Amino acid sequence: MSSYVVLTPLDLGLAALLILVNAGVSIAFRLGLERTLLLTTARMVVQLALIGLVLKWIFAQTSPLWTLLLAAIMISAAGYEAISRQERRIAGWLTYGLGTGTLLAVGTFATLFAVGGVIQPDPWYAPRFVLPILGMVLGNSLTGIALALDTLTGAAWRDRSAIEARLALGATRMEALGETTRRTLKTGMTPILNAMAASGVVSLPGMMTGQILAGVDPVEATKYQILIMFLIAGSTALGVLIATFGGVLLLTDKRQRLRIDRLVTKKETPAA
Amino acid sequence: MAASGLQSRGTLALLRVEQLTIPGLPSLSFEVGDGECLAVEGPSGTGKTRLLRAIADLDEAPGHVFLDGAERHEMPASQWRRHVRYAAAEPGWWGETARVSLLPPGSDEARVLKLVGDLGLDSALLDRPLTQLSTGERLRLALVRAMSDQPRVLLLDEPTGALDTASAALAEELIRYQVLAGRSVILVSHDPGQIERLSDLRLQLAAPRKAETREQP
Repeated sequence: MSSYVVLTPLDLGLAALLILVNAGVSIAFRLGLERTLLLTTARMVVQLALIGLVLKWIFAQTSPLWTLLLAAIMISAAGYEAISRQERRIAGWLTYGLGTGTLLAVGTFATLFAVGGVIQPDPWYAPRFVLPILGMVLGNSLTGIALALDTLTGAAWRDRSAIEARLALGATRMEALGETTRRTLKTGMTPILNAMAASGVVSLPGMMTGQILAGVDPVEATKYQILIMFLIAGSTALGVLIATFGGVLLLTDKRQRLRIDRLVTKKETPAA
Repeated sequence: MAASGLQSRGTLALLRVEQLTIPGLPSLSFEVGDGECLAVEGPSGTGKTRLLRAIADLDEAPGHVFLDGAERHEMPASQWRRHVRYAAAEPGWWGETARVSLLPPGSDEARVLKLVGDLGLDSALLDRPLTQLSTGERLRLALVRAMSDQPRVLLLDEPTGALDTASAALAEELIRYQVLAGRSVILVSHDPGQIERLSDLRLQLAAPRKAETREQP
């Protein structure tokens, strides 16, 4: 690892100057984003610095309990994020339960698959393997799940009269929402397909870039990246599937009614 | 609330509504027999549409609705709605053409085409893009769609609302035929003449405030 260059605070300070471009755009076009920019920049630095310290400490412990705790926090945060991104969301705590439950399922599945079946580190719960993989899987599944639920609720709202017409003719909720479901599944899976097609040509995936910069042999870094891509693709598909059908069930009831009354529109909340 | 002119026909009634509760209205009880047409009247916003939707079990509503003595919750909702058919005032569509929803696999094409003709429509409309059809054409096609699998009860929400006089007359003729064929029809209409011509029974929904004084004993 002779090529690994340690970054000094001065190096990062130099990079931070690039934020001035954002500030310049905001000021020149009177976008009023300066305050938000300052806050989000500070937030990003503090969050990343903290997680760096937390990870260093947790990696040193190699304790299943601490690993599990951090994993639980990551999953809850991702679940909240998946739901809060939606224009129209299904009211009540069940929708957060759906988001968090789906991410818990796919995060557990993909991480266990990776550490138990493929990488097999010793011990298998080594946080240095478990947490980064979980993070990658969560981040990407979250995108698919949020997009799927947003598509589902948006389409159900827009096509409600067609859906209800089918229900009135004696269709079940799964039949009446069949086309909506297919469109939702497709939309949810599109980003990961695009990412797979573009990776290596248009983009060098973040994880691989990080590894290469940290001195890992590019071929080795690529192997890990391919593994991660498969994990992400599988877990996103699974997550989109669970979230879509869970969403259909929450948007309807046992008497095969469309419960458009359960949708609430996102309140206008300014960023930061 | 008692519907004017309604008499109990005991267990003979095909559709029996008991203590059906819709927000803003006193609970409703009435019956519509075989081959009868009940007109629901009342100003806009009094709950006529919500009443039809509740009977079709498309909205939650406490109370009971019986069809030939069987309560709606005794059978799957999809089965109930195949017998008790709601036709919305603004019908919803899916697919590119009307054929998609009017002639799903296994449907009786001859009957559908007959109904299309009865309403003065050209069967070529079935294959024209839905976006190219007029509101009146879509409304009449929706009426065909609602009737084509011969449900026992028709809940018609302003079935001729957007139709010209000639088309409305054909639609009325078809509704009258459905009643003569033994179906029960509940009709929401703002046309007093149409109510006069079609209905045997009437149910007056009053504005909520007034309705409080007319509660059933």
